[in-house]
Amino acid sequence: MTALFDFHGVRLAKTGTVILHDVTAAVPEGGLTVIAGRSGAGKSTLLRLCNRLEVPDRGVVRFRGTDLAGVDPLTLRRRVGMVFQRPALFPGTVRDNLHVADPAASEEALTEVMARVELDGDFLDRVGDELSGGEAQRVCLARTLVTGPEVLLMDEPTSSLDPGAVRTLERLARTLTARGVPTLWVTHDVAQLRRLADHLLVLDAGRAVFTGPADDPDLPTALTHLGGEEA
Amino acid sequence: MKGDVTPLGLATSLLLVAVALLVSLGQQLRLEKQLVWATVRAFVQLIAMGFVLAWLLEPSRSLLYSWVWVAGMVVFAAWTVHRRAPEVPGLFGIALTALLLAATATLGTIFGLGIFPAEARAIVPLAGMMIGNSLSGTVLSARRVTDELADKRNEVEARLALGQSSREAARPYVRSAMRTALTPQIESTKAVGLVFLPGAMTGLILGGVNPVDAVLVQAAIMYLILGAVATTAVVVALGVTRMLFTPDHRLRPLRRTVT
Repeated sequence: MTALFDFHGVRLAKTGTVILHDVTAAVPEGGLTVIAGRSGAGKSTLLRLCNRLEVPDRGVVRFRGTDLAGVDPLTLRRRVGMVFQRPALFPGTVRDNLHVADPAASEEALTEVMARVELDGDFLDRVGDELSGGEAQRVCLARTLVTGPEVLLMDEPTSSLDPGAVRTLERLARTLTARGVPTLWVTHDVAQLRRLADHLLVLDAGRAVFTGPADDPDLPTALTHLGGEEA
Repeated sequence: MKGDVTPLGLATSLLLVAVALLVSLGQQLRLEKQLVWATVRAFVQLIAMGFVLAWLLEPSRSLLYSWVWVAGMVVFAAWTVHRRAPEVPGLFGIALTALLLAATATLGTIFGLGIFPAEARAIVPLAGMMIGNSLSGTVLSARRVTDELADKRNEVEARLALGQSSREAARPYVRSAMRTALTPQIESTKAVGLVFLPGAMTGLILGGVNPVDAVLVQAAIMYLILGAVATTAVVVALGVTRMLFTPDHRLRPLRRTVT
């Protein structure tokens, strides 16, 4: 079966520092894949390769078998949606934000997408300053869903949220995955990866040290690469 | 008065520089060397310019020399812009393009439509005013675009991740930068005559020209400058934006400019 994303010999350096060293790994189709690793392991960079916010210096990244080097990045980014670490709301109301993703989206479509992130339609008239961190991040998720992505990339989306908001966002991601939107979720939090992961890709200092299902017997050993007592 | 300043008069005007020096000394500003250097440098540059203008204005001189002089000013101005904002990538080429476009558009209009006669005595000073006044707007535009995109990197990348092109993603921030760059010139244009009398008009009146005639000349010059600043600010903002993104719509690593 073709992998969702396939990294082959990927190397990427920024300002002279090598972030990813010859990474070869595959993310399977379907389910929620957690990309885990310590701070600076290259997790976010690997994720950003999937929608071409980064491109490798060497090696190949394939999306469902197609080399991303030959894919139009604008089309790709609408197929592969991304939610960032910190909610980045644009000026204006929530409705304005959703219209950035699709200026022609109808009011019904906007209300429907808000329902998918468990927010009331009344939120459409609110501005960013009036939202809590968790609400803002859910609006960012809704904004991404407006483009109808086939895949979701979540780059440590709960790192600045309180525990209640973390659980809500995790539940939303699980629901979206169950409804056929495979998700890649970056975290360094072992407890979170245990709650979420169907599959894992563990990075250590820019190298892939484990790929496999969450029930793989080798996983506990792989998690020692994350450091800390939880591992 | 016919604008004749005697060497003694010029020397007397240095008293005012002496006042500035005393202020610097009294307040321990440590600007004395810079004040003296600026005074000497301005004098030497102006004297040199005076001789060049006198040479260019000789009736038998071909207008081609005046245009060559203007081209030299454009190149030097572009280099100055680059030096004042070295953090902005490719700024020399962008500023050169912007100033050339602005010079072509504004000088082409005022000389092509006969607003001023296409003579050396008009070409060189007017080009100088156009280029000189465009400098700060050009630098401001380049810096603001770079800083806006660096500060709002999260928002810009969120827009790119939604499938917007780099031009679309940058538009709100570039627009804001352009407004910032143009506002001082617009304010200055609004205040002219009420708050300050500009140099060209003052010079004409000192030279004995009827104030109403001087006003007409000044108004045309103000519009020339406004057009030039608008052109350079917009061209530079768009050019710098293009340099800050890759062709495949990724925002390059940026650092804020030093102000």
